[in-house]
Amino acid sequence: MRPAARRALFGTVLAFVYAPILVVVVYSFNDSRLALAWQGFTLRWYRSLLASAEFRTALENTLVISLSATLLATALGTLLAVGIHFLRFPGRRALQALLYLPVVMPDIVMAVGLLALYVATHLTLGRMSVILAHVSFQISFVALVVGGRLQGFPVSLVEAARDLGAGPLAVLRRIVLPVIRPGIAAGAVVALTLSVDDFLITYFTAGAGASTLPIRIYAMVKRGVTPDVNALATLLLAFTIGVSLLALRGVGRRGGTEGAA
Amino acid sequence: MRVERRGRLVAATVGPAALFLLVFFLVPFGVVVIYALSPAAPGGGVGPGFTLEQLGRLWNADYLRIVGRSVRLAAVATLLTLAIAYPVAWAIARLERRRQLLPLLVIVVPSWINLLIKNYAWITILRREGLVNTALTGLGITSEPLPLLFTEGAVVVGLVHSYLPFMLLPIYAALDRIEPALIEAARDLGATPGRVFRRIVWPQSLAGVAAGCTFVFVLTLGSFVTPDLLGGARGMMIGNLIQNQILQVRNWPLGAALSVALTVVVVAAIGGALVLATRAQRGRTA
Repeated sequence: MRPAARRALFGTVLAFVYAPILVVVVYSFNDSRLALAWQGFTLRWYRSLLASAEFRTALENTLVISLSATLLATALGTLLAVGIHFLRFPGRRALQALLYLPVVMPDIVMAVGLLALYVATHLTLGRMSVILAHVSFQISFVALVVGGRLQGFPVSLVEAARDLGAGPLAVLRRIVLPVIRPGIAAGAVVALTLSVDDFLITYFTAGAGASTLPIRIYAMVKRGVTPDVNALATLLLAFTIGVSLLALRGVGRRGGTEGAA
Repeated sequence: MRVERRGRLVAATVGPAALFLLVFFLVPFGVVVIYALSPAAPGGGVGPGFTLEQLGRLWNADYLRIVGRSVRLAAVATLLTLAIAYPVAWAIARLERRRQLLPLLVIVVPSWINLLIKNYAWITILRREGLVNTALTGLGITSEPLPLLFTEGAVVVGLVHSYLPFMLLPIYAALDRIEPALIEAARDLGATPGRVFRRIVWPQSLAGVAAGCTFVFVLTLGSFVTPDLLGGARGMMIGNLIQNQILQVRNWPLGAALSVALTVVVVAAIGGALVLATRAQRGRTA
């Protein structure tokens, strides 16, 4: 491909991908409720957003739900990956295959299933039902990321430690955890962003009381295009991109020092 | 003794997550399957007994039209995404390795942005008072604003925009593995660029193309947000019909039957892609 053709191709695709998002960000600073024309820079949409009680509730719900779900899913997913890698037991292959199902299952089907379960068991919809729902799709991602990190980790090393008298907990703490720590961190970040971003499964399982930031955006968008939505969208966008970039840098740096050691 | 201890280790590591996935993933799907085979109760919800009535009701002209539209829009979005992603992936793969990272990152970053935000962005552009219509009427190209939002076209644009990275990355990964010397050798021996593409590049990128197409087709087929925000009533897809049946009409059996049908199509698409991929792999090693 000639450089000129390549530049034209990159430019066109870049514009298609980023221009719509840029429009949202730019208009969140535009000092006009209706006009498409630029009326000057303002932060008043952010101020009115931060002052609204609905936004604060949604932010609090998002923080409580995402942090609890991520903590639980990271613990369960890490243990699962370690067990699958180091132990041989009946049903191991089936469990490995099962891990991919929540990844490929359409969100809407998981949402319907979880709501059906909650209705059938009379579980009250709220933060708890959403946390459990999030963990059910987060576990797979954590286990797959940590499992990837474990690939090539010699089982013989663990067996040697066990033969020398180390207990299972000591092996886990002293040998396995130090190696997979970057994997756990990466898995937790993936799980956290999935949880913060999730709309559909939360929409089905939250009930009236536990609306999160994406639910808030959906409700606002349904009511029409307003500068407040632009401001909220820009904040959420900055958060997910920021966290992901930080995680990427962290993983890259750790990988680098290990390569040097 | 040793076996018993190993059993306890398995229970301690794998046990909690397996139990959780059983209760909150497998059981819910089982409930959906049972609901799909149950009669609808008159007041909403599920009645006792077993019936194939709901699965039969899927063969109704209204539902079939929505299912047909879902498959059509997902297929069109997949092909368009492929048409955009392939040349870009090729251009990136042909760069020097140290110059590949930036364009890849630029492509990946939007996949971290919330789907609602990406679709909302298109509303601000496509609506009656949006950027495109303001520009068109302002320049005197059209006298009336065009109906761009709430069309099938708007849904396809939103889907392509959202899922481009899922197509691009697997194709890039496949193209990146092609030995540049192979292409140079073919050129030196007089092969035209078209022939090099048909005989070397395309066959070796097929696994990536299959993976990308599967990702995008499966993700778009089950979508709810994009057709809801950009399609309206005229762009309704299976996901919207399921949501409508469960949350509004409260016809659980029909919503469950549609969910099972969607899952079957998704699993069949993934299974088909896996079979193709293994066959292609075997063909190459043989």
